[in-house]
Amino acid sequence: TIHFTTFVCIYKHIKMNIPAELKYTKDHEWIRIDGDIATVGITDFAQGELGDIVYVEVETVDETLAQEEVFGTVEAVKTVSDLFLPLTGEIVEFNEALEDEPEKVNTDPYGEGWMIKIKFNDASEVDGLLSADDYKELIGA
Amino acid sequence: MSLVSPQAALKKTPLFDFHRAHGGKMVEFAGWSMPVQYKDSHISSHMHTREHCAIFDVSHMLQGTLSLFTNNKGGIIDDLIVTKTDQGYLYVVSNAGCADKDSAHMKARLAEFKASGSDVDLEFLDEALIAVQGPSMSQVLQEGLKEDLSKLPFMTSALATVFGIPGCRVTRCGYTGEDGVEISVPESRVVELTERLLAHNEVRLAGLGARDSLRLEAGLCLYGNDIDESTTPVEATLVWTIGKRRRQAKDFPGADIIVPQIKAKTTRKRVGLVSTGPPVRQHTPILSPDGKVIGEVTSGCPSPCLKKNVAMGYVDAAFAKNGTAIQVEVRKKAVAATVCKMPFVPTNYYSG
Repeated sequence: TIHFTTFVCIYKHIKMNIPAELKYTKDHEWIRIDGDIATVGITDFAQGELGDIVYVEVETVDETLAQEEVFGTVEAVKTVSDLFLPLTGEIVEFNEALEDEPEKVNTDPYGEGWMIKIKFNDASEVDGLLSADDYKELIGA
Repeated sequence: MSLVSPQAALKKTPLFDFHRAHGGKMVEFAGWSMPVQYKDSHISSHMHTREHCAIFDVSHMLQGTLSLFTNNKGGIIDDLIVTKTDQGYLYVVSNAGCADKDSAHMKARLAEFKASGSDVDLEFLDEALIAVQGPSMSQVLQEGLKEDLSKLPFMTSALATVFGIPGCRVTRCGYTGEDGVEISVPESRVVELTERLLAHNEVRLAGLGARDSLRLEAGLCLYGNDIDESTTPVEATLVWTIGKRRRQAKDFPGADIIVPQIKAKTTRKRVGLVSTGPPVRQHTPILSPDGKVIGEVTSGCPSPCLKKNVAMGYVDAAFAKNGTAIQVEVRKKAVAATVCKMPFVPTNYYSG
C-alpha cells in the first residue's frame, strides 16, 4: 500500500457524495448489496484524494478471497494503491470498461466507475460494514 | 487503500498560506510542506503547463551566490543550476533535499580557496523562488518587465524589476522542458508577484505532481531518484555538463574516475523506457528479453501527453541502445518495453 498525505480539513466544507443506500469500508470502498452479489467501487472522497485514475488492475476474477485480501490495484499518475476485498467470496466480474477508460472512476465513482462484483459467502460480514453515516464520520465530512 | 494524514513540523515557504487559500493539497517534501496539486487535476495541470503557463513554488530550493564552485567525487553530490551573473558572482540553485550537504560542501571548499589566497565568498539567500513555465510565459512576464525578454536566452540570468517589484533575479531555466523562468524575489513580496502573474488568464498554479510528470517527459533527472552519490555523470549520460577544458585539466573532484569513463564507457547507463499497460514506477526491475535482471527503473509515470508509460532507469550497457526491446517486471509479471531516446516529449527551450 502506498500511503499518501492529505489535509482532510480542506475537504470539510465540500459536500461529499456519500449515497445513503450503500455500505462502506474504512479503506474508502463502497458496496452495493443485491441478493448474494456485492458490487464494489471506491468512494467519491477516495477518487478525489487519489486524483486522476490512470490504471485499474484486477487479475483475481474467478478467485475466492477472504475479506481484507488484496484483489487489485488502482493507480493515479503518481500513486499506486491496493484494493481490499470488503467481503469474503468469489470475484465473479471485473468492470472491463475501466481498462480503456479508468477515468470513469473519477467521473462516476458510484456508477460506471464500479470495479468488481463479488458472490459473497457470509451475510454476517455485511453487518460489519460501515453505514453512510459511519463513513461520513470517518472522513470528517 | 489508506489515506493517511501525518503532520510533523514541516518547514513552510512564504507562499504556504497562499497555497492553502488556493486549494493546494499540501504534502511533505524534503522536510517542507508543499502543494502536490491545487483544484485542477494533476493531468489538467500538466497539460495546462505544456499549452499555456503555470507557476510553481520552488522556494524550498537552496539559493546562493558564490564566486567559485566545484562538486563531485566520482558520484554526484547534487545537480544544480549555476548561472554566471553580470555582477561578478555565480548564482546557484540547488535541491532542497541536498541543502545541508551542499552548504557543507561549499563551505569546506570555500575555506580551502580562502586559505590558498583566493578572494571568494558565499552567501545563502532567504528569497522566495517561483518558476513560471510554459509557452506563454514570455508573453505574460513581458508585461511586467522593462527589459526585453527575447534578449534573455536559456540559462542566462538578469536582475530586474518585475511588476514593480525591485530586486528580482530572473533566470531563464526550468524543469518542465518548456520555455520558462525562475524568479527569485524578496520574501515579503512573493505573494504580490504570484498574484500579479496569476491574474493573467493564461496562468494557473501547478504543484509537485505536475512538476514531476513534466520533468520526466522532458527526460530530466530528479536528484535522489535518478542520480545520487553512487552514480557518475558518465553512467547518468550527463557528460555534457563537463566542459572540454575541465576534462583536460581534470581539476574537479572525482576527475580521475570520471574522465577515463568518458572514453572507456561504463557497464551501466541511464536510458529512457516506454511501454503500454500497467504504469512503470521507481524500483521496477528491468529484464532482458529472456527474463534476466539487467537494471532498475529510477523514475516512471504514465505520460499525460503521450498516453503511454514513460520511465528512466539504469541498464547494462549492452541493452542501452535506442529501440532495444526489453521487459519490465510489474507486480511479478513481465511487460514489454522499449529503450527510447529522451526527452520523450520535445523540449521547447528559448535559445534566443
